[in-house]
Amino acid sequence: MDVTFRIRRYNPDIPGKNKPYWQEFRLADVDPNDRVLELLHRIKWEQDGTLTLRRSCAHGVCGSDAMRINGVNKLACKVLMRDINGSKVQVEPILGLPVIKDLVVDMEPFFGHYREVMPFFVNDEPVPANGRERLQSPDDRAQYDDTTKCILCAACTTSCPSFWANGKYVGPAAIVQAHRFIFDTRDRAAKERLNVLAEPNGVWRCRTIFNCTPACPRGIEVTRAIGEVKLAIQRGTTTGIVDISTIHIKEPT
Amino acid sequence: MVKTHQFDAIIVGAGGAGLMAALYASKGGANVAVVSKLYPTRSHTGTAQGGIGAALGNLEEDNPLWHAYDTVKGGDYLADQNAAKVLAEEAIDAVIELEHMGLPFDRTPEGKISQRRFGGHTSNFGDKPVRRACHAADRTGHMILQTLYQQCIKHHVKFFDEYQVVDAIMNNGACAGVVAMQLGTGELTVFHGKATLFATGGWGKIWSVTSNAHSLTGDGAAVVYRRGVPMQDMEFFQFHPTGIYKLGILITEGVRGEGGVLINGKGERFMEKYAPRIKDLASRDVVSRAIYMEISSGNGAGKNKDYVYLDVTPKTVNRYFAEAGDERRITAEDVEKKLPDILEFCRVYLGVDPVKDPMPIQPTAHYAMGGIPTNVNAEAVLDEHWTVIPGLYAAGEVACVSCHGANRLGTNSLVDLVVFGRRGGKNIADYVKRADFVPLPPAPEREIEAELNRIRNGKGKTRPHELRSAMQKEMMQNVGVFREEKGLNGALEVVRELRERFSKDLTIDDKGSTFNTDLMEAWELGCLLDLAEATALAALKRTESRGAHSREDYKERDDANWMVHSLVTRHGSELSPSTAPALTINVNKKVDMSLAEVDPRFAPKVRTY
Ligand SMILES: Cc1cc2nc3c(=O)[nH]c(=O)nc-3n(C[C@H](O)[C@H](O)[C@H](O)COP(=O)(O)OP(=O)(O)OC[C@H]3O[C@@H](n4cnc5c(N)ncnc54)[C@H](O)[C@@H]3O)c2cc1C
Ligand code: FES
Repeated sequence: MDVTFRIRRYNPDIPGKNKPYWQEFRLADVDPNDRVLELLHRIKWEQDGTLTLRRSCAHGVCGSDAMRINGVNKLACKVLMRDINGSKVQVEPILGLPVIKDLVVDMEPFFGHYREVMPFFVNDEPVPANGRERLQSPDDRAQYDDTTKCILCAACTTSCPSFWANGKYVGPAAIVQAHRFIFDTRDRAAKERLNVLAEPNGVWRCRTIFNCTPACPRGIEVTRAIGEVKLAIQRGTTTGIVDISTIHIKEPT
Repeated sequence: MVKTHQFDAIIVGAGGAGLMAALYASKGGANVAVVSKLYPTRSHTGTAQGGIGAALGNLEEDNPLWHAYDTVKGGDYLADQNAAKVLAEEAIDAVIELEHMGLPFDRTPEGKISQRRFGGHTSNFGDKPVRRACHAADRTGHMILQTLYQQCIKHHVKFFDEYQVVDAIMNNGACAGVVAMQLGTGELTVFHGKATLFATGGWGKIWSVTSNAHSLTGDGAAVVYRRGVPMQDMEFFQFHPTGIYKLGILITEGVRGEGGVLINGKGERFMEKYAPRIKDLASRDVVSRAIYMEISSGNGAGKNKDYVYLDVTPKTVNRYFAEAGDERRITAEDVEKKLPDILEFCRVYLGVDPVKDPMPIQPTAHYAMGGIPTNVNAEAVLDEHWTVIPGLYAAGEVACVSCHGANRLGTNSLVDLVVFGRRGGKNIADYVKRADFVPLPPAPEREIEAELNRIRNGKGKTRPHELRSAMQKEMMQNVGVFREEKGLNGALEVVRELRERFSKDLTIDDKGSTFNTDLMEAWELGCLLDLAEATALAALKRTESRGAHSREDYKERDDANWMVHSLVTRHGSELSPSTAPALTINVNKKVDMSLAEVDPRFAPKVRTY
């Protein structure tokens, strides 16, 4: 089939193109199983090498290619033509981060928020005397399983109206990353993280708009994770909050 | 003057190997910079699925010596046995250490690290499959990458993200650092270090069907190769048996570890014919060849009979469990829980639900056993005398230590990253305490700057992707799972012709400086072409079949003549020679046999599974 791409472009190096504008490209012989990423490559390789985007793994695990596809945040490598209604594809950079060129945005503010929540394991107690692993029951492990899936693609954070309104809000991705440690029974810094997230630019900026959950290409229940963090702050404890009996195996989106 | 940064240690690459090295070098007191063309968490380590092998013995008896044996045998006896021993022994401690860093492994009912079966891993010297692969669902690599990055943040390691290294600075046979392009601005920057460690991963993009990311273009290997460092064992590139048909996306061996079986177009399970004892869990080279043999004898599936099936539906799996007298049974829920990502790949990219239907698969270019030759301390070496190249280190997939020999076992790459990454980091920390900076030659960026400008301003007619797809097709056809002399000669000729066009007739569209991926993709293509040439040459030279290298005209392994590593050296220092540069190949570097010297079970014998 024939497909028309409408792409939001911006190139600071070229006078006349250094303000955002739209450009259309046509592609013939497109297969319904082609990924949007492959088609963007075809445009870049066959028609216009200046088209600029990030990508690496091409199968939805590295988090490089989050972009707005027909108005919704997606990984370009995870959207197939057969998932798209009709033969028109509109592609724009994700919102809320400064655009560097075409579909490439400045990720630094995003990673800055990530670093604010102490996204690393903390436990200074001596390791088991037998030199082996710390033990953790499968149920305790299950409490934070969902949030270990995050690939830091920024699809959730840049779909959030609260983040668009206030770039100082740490955003859903940082909260997901914090959740991964807060509910890990082996970790010892939950309190510090909860304190960071109780600040004005922490979880309370979340208005439960729910954009983030469908935006997550990994199927993480982002809003639920944020809710659990809010509850932990309110109750001052991390136990008894995650109900693992309701963690179900999800059909992928 | 270009911007110059000075650090004790420069780590090029931020996958598992680079991050582990960075962590240990900085814990050891070195001032470290990590230079990476991708944001660290985008590195390909994050796609590793199945697990990391270590003889923890959490579910059944295990022993590092058995792990070393499997590694040596899996490598078809080309592995350096001292390296295989280090790998197997230090794996245990490295995995425990990852757990202490917070890595969320799956757990056994008692709360220990859970382990599963994987191809080629056995107990008691090949007796029966053993549960050795430590896993975190089917995203073990993701968890390793995240955990190591997190620890680097915790320890304030300095990152230069989206800086692409384009040249190695050598002075009098020693490494003084690298030249990198800051992608955001297009500016060249010099990194001057006492020690430089390359951990840039593999080069699967030489082939058309591959499990590898777009970014796996062999930059680090090519950069040092152009500066006179030999490439070792390039003929050994692993084709993983189970890639998603046409797309090449990997389906982990863990699927077969959970009981999945390979089925041909006639609905028959065929691995029984090729590996009667451990069947579908034989090592990868064996399974990939079996699939090709099924296809070439007309037993493939589909319209073109060019693929086979991997079946993990509970119905099939339980039937074979019952037949084999195996007590295990699986349910759809087990499959969902243990292999969530695999199910999702198949559902998204194929529209096939593996719980209900078998998955169409074909072998996919997967892993470089060869690369920058190193010793077990991750120091790069120049020749068969193990002459160390001062200041130059390598670890991970780009390195050839060689613990994998002619064929890597599943789960052993992740072990390699953490074991030899850690050794590299520790050694660098010691080295920088006693070593001085190698002086920078004048204007070290000049040559690569000229080469990049040549590409940027090329006035030819050929777009890079034409050359790339021609190379990938040729390599798939003639330097793939099966090889023979005529095809290899043809491939060499094609690759050389493509390189000539690369240097004389190239054109790109983007002339700018900001985030010029058009330019960098073209430069990466040059790296691929150089490595493709070395691969074809080494494959032509090795007149035997061993591990992943299978010659139709030399079907047998030839231990009398070929218990040696190959070293391809490129002479002349132009970064983009327009005619074929002189290559020499040295086949005098003997395989280390230190385990066989004390234990005859490690001596080469016919490899059956
Ligand atoms: C799909 C898949 C599944 C796998 N599953 C398993 C498994 O279950 N178990 C197992 O043991 N192994 C597995 N492997 C193999 C294993 O994942 C890789 O061999 C390993 O991750 C390589 O790690 P690395 O650190 O060497 O390099 P990578 O993780 O590939 O990282 C390379 C780094 O180098 C950087 N880099 C590259 N070029 C440049 C440059 N020019 N300048 C600056 N930086 C540069 C990149 O930015 C990146 O940070 C799998 C591989 C694939 C493809
Ligand atoms: S390219 Fe890796 S997530 Fe899309």
